[in-house]
Amino acid sequence: MRLGGVSERRRRFPPRGTESPVWNHLKFRHGVHPPELKDLTARIAIRRVPYPDEVVLHLRQHAGKPARPVVKAGDRVERGDVLGEPDGYVSTPVHASAAGTVEQICLWPHPDGSYAPAVRIAVDRYSPQAPRPRLVPDWMRLEPPELVEAIRQAGVVGLGGAAFPTHVKLAPPKDQVVDTVLINGCECEPYLTTDHRTMVEYPERVHLGLRIMMRCLGVTRAMIGIELNKPDAIAAIRRTLPSDLDVTVLGLEVKYPQGAEKMLIKALLDREVPSGKLPLHVGVVVQNVASAATIAEVFETGLPLVERIVTVTGRGVKRPSNLIVPVGMKLRDLIDACGGFTADAREIVFGGPMMGFAQAHLDTPLVKGTSGVVVLAAAETKPTVSYPCIRCGHCLDSCPVFLNPQLLGQLALKERWEEMETNHLADCMLCGCCGYTCPSNIPLPQLFALAKVALRRRPAPV
Amino acid sequence: MDALSPTAIAGSAVILGGVGLFFAALIAVTNRKFRVWEDPRINVVAGLLPGANCGACGQPGCRAFAEQVVQGAIAPASCTVASPDVRSDIASYLGVDVGQAVQRVARLLCAGGRDAAPDRVDYRGLGTCKAAAAVAGGSKGCVWGCLGLADCEVACTFGAIDMNEVGLPVVVPAKCTACGDCVEACPKDLFTIMPMEHRLLVQCKSLLEGEAADRLCRVACNGCGKCVLDAAPGVIAMKNGLAVVDYAQNDLAGPEATRRCPTGAIVWVEGAQFARRAPATAAPRPAEEAVA
Repeated sequence: MRLGGVSERRRRFPPRGTESPVWNHLKFRHGVHPPELKDLTARIAIRRVPYPDEVVLHLRQHAGKPARPVVKAGDRVERGDVLGEPDGYVSTPVHASAAGTVEQICLWPHPDGSYAPAVRIAVDRYSPQAPRPRLVPDWMRLEPPELVEAIRQAGVVGLGGAAFPTHVKLAPPKDQVVDTVLINGCECEPYLTTDHRTMVEYPERVHLGLRIMMRCLGVTRAMIGIELNKPDAIAAIRRTLPSDLDVTVLGLEVKYPQGAEKMLIKALLDREVPSGKLPLHVGVVVQNVASAATIAEVFETGLPLVERIVTVTGRGVKRPSNLIVPVGMKLRDLIDACGGFTADAREIVFGGPMMGFAQAHLDTPLVKGTSGVVVLAAAETKPTVSYPCIRCGHCLDSCPVFLNPQLLGQLALKERWEEMETNHLADCMLCGCCGYTCPSNIPLPQLFALAKVALRRRPAPV
Repeated sequence: MDALSPTAIAGSAVILGGVGLFFAALIAVTNRKFRVWEDPRINVVAGLLPGANCGACGQPGCRAFAEQVVQGAIAPASCTVASPDVRSDIASYLGVDVGQAVQRVARLLCAGGRDAAPDRVDYRGLGTCKAAAAVAGGSKGCVWGCLGLADCEVACTFGAIDMNEVGLPVVVPAKCTACGDCVEACPKDLFTIMPMEHRLLVQCKSLLEGEAADRLCRVACNGCGKCVLDAAPGVIAMKNGLAVVDYAQNDLAGPEATRRCPTGAIVWVEGAQFARRAPATAAPRPAEEAVA
């Protein structure tokens, strides 16, 4: 395979400390270049929003099993109290994000489009929202397993969007050798500036979080990958770089999906994660910058993950902002905090426009994994008429995992799910590159999403 | 020797004839030795059957059904697709009783058409229920409800399903063979196959209770429990905010359970569930959130 005109020697892992422009353009193959549209919020400082009257905390805040509720209606909770205990290993606790009274545990709209059990808390308006006094663990004195447990008890999950419980990644099986921690500061989704502002305003927290994670994993080498469209973030992270750690900060080509785990590993380390395997198999753990900052916060304040930074943006909202928001704040309150909708607001997406989930209810609360809320104006949405495939091959040239979206799309239209599986549908991460480039406007990612649903629903072979 | 000389022709005739005889003998011997006897009636019965291979009888296909019928394991009437004439033909050919088959039919556990359960959002994308359900659960305010994009109508081999004016599938009991294709097609799992004599039906799958359910749909089961009190004891139970009919006690069920239902979620069905044209009712409620 041709290596995109880059010689073998240049593609090797860069020697330590090398930060020549050559190394600053590490890349993966394929991908797309959607308009960045980050100007709306990239230079707006993070601000805290006032507490809403009600927060709704879903018990399924993370990938894995939902938490088990341990409170009942009428209970008084303080900020940071446990509402749900983890149920199983791949599960995290859920904490109250505001002081108040538990109104009800009931079904509530979930950002994924279903109704799921959630704890509704009527927020105490006159509460100082101070958490209960608690012992802040001294991370330097804790052994790695204790650190991982503390991170788990704080309910930390990956804040990039998938919300995979962080403690699972930080405690790899004994036979897996991890040699590098990668911090993902790419934020390749258009519009979003959550990670960008975190790096600009809290670079020390990112470094402290990284330090704790390196201690958990017993790793000495780390890299921070940031797309080159965030020079201020790169500068802030480099300025505060601790001198005693082996951390390399690298600027990466601005290309979607640079922030996808496997693409990032390919770009930074030139290692390819095999199909169906995890980054762990190539000795890498990838964490989002916001997750790193949250881990640092846990060990600075002792407070579990009860709030996160969210970008509310798009031309459909009057005052695009970067906000510190309590988890469980409802979409309606969030939009109000940003001045409300503009007249031509059309579509609300949780997450970025490429991979995010369209929302159907204004009552839907934020979950831990919601990195942004994009309110698209009518002019920003795509026409929905699609035309027959002209076999131009743009989707093949854009697919970062080298699938054949054209073929998969044809199979999906004929509901030949099993054949899609043999054509490696499982490797598709629904990044949306194929649908973005398709000149016929075929909703390929939607077809793949529904194929995945159909394959999951398929009855087990007898 | 000339190629067309009589000896050459005779020689090749002998050789070819010999080869032919040899294989004929081989086939004859094999036929004797390895023959599997099959009841000739199976072919006749299979020929009489409709050949739709729909699976409504519970067999893998029409031929498997024919084998079972000839063996006497099931009655000819179990084929719900065949006309009564065909069924009695099969029965008289085999000299058995036609038998009684419970007529089963596909029932939709949702009555929230566009008039009763308004769309909350505007869905634009592939026009199938499956695709819509994959995007935020579809456009309906009620996430359990029928999306009305007619995946079942397309899936039905027998043309027994038509979408009505308000986007609900109308199952024609006379045409429905209870094959279960619609059950598989529905991404919201709203179809269920049940005997025609199960007349008491809760046409709702919404797990919400009280006002929360009413807000989303005019005909939702809001879990008030009046039907439980009105019906014979033990026929209806409340589970997860839904009235659930215990069909084991179907004999006790009667239309009185439906009388006090404030929303009309529980019904006593005779024939088809829905009308093809919706009765003129109040204008649909405006969608609560125009923006989302």
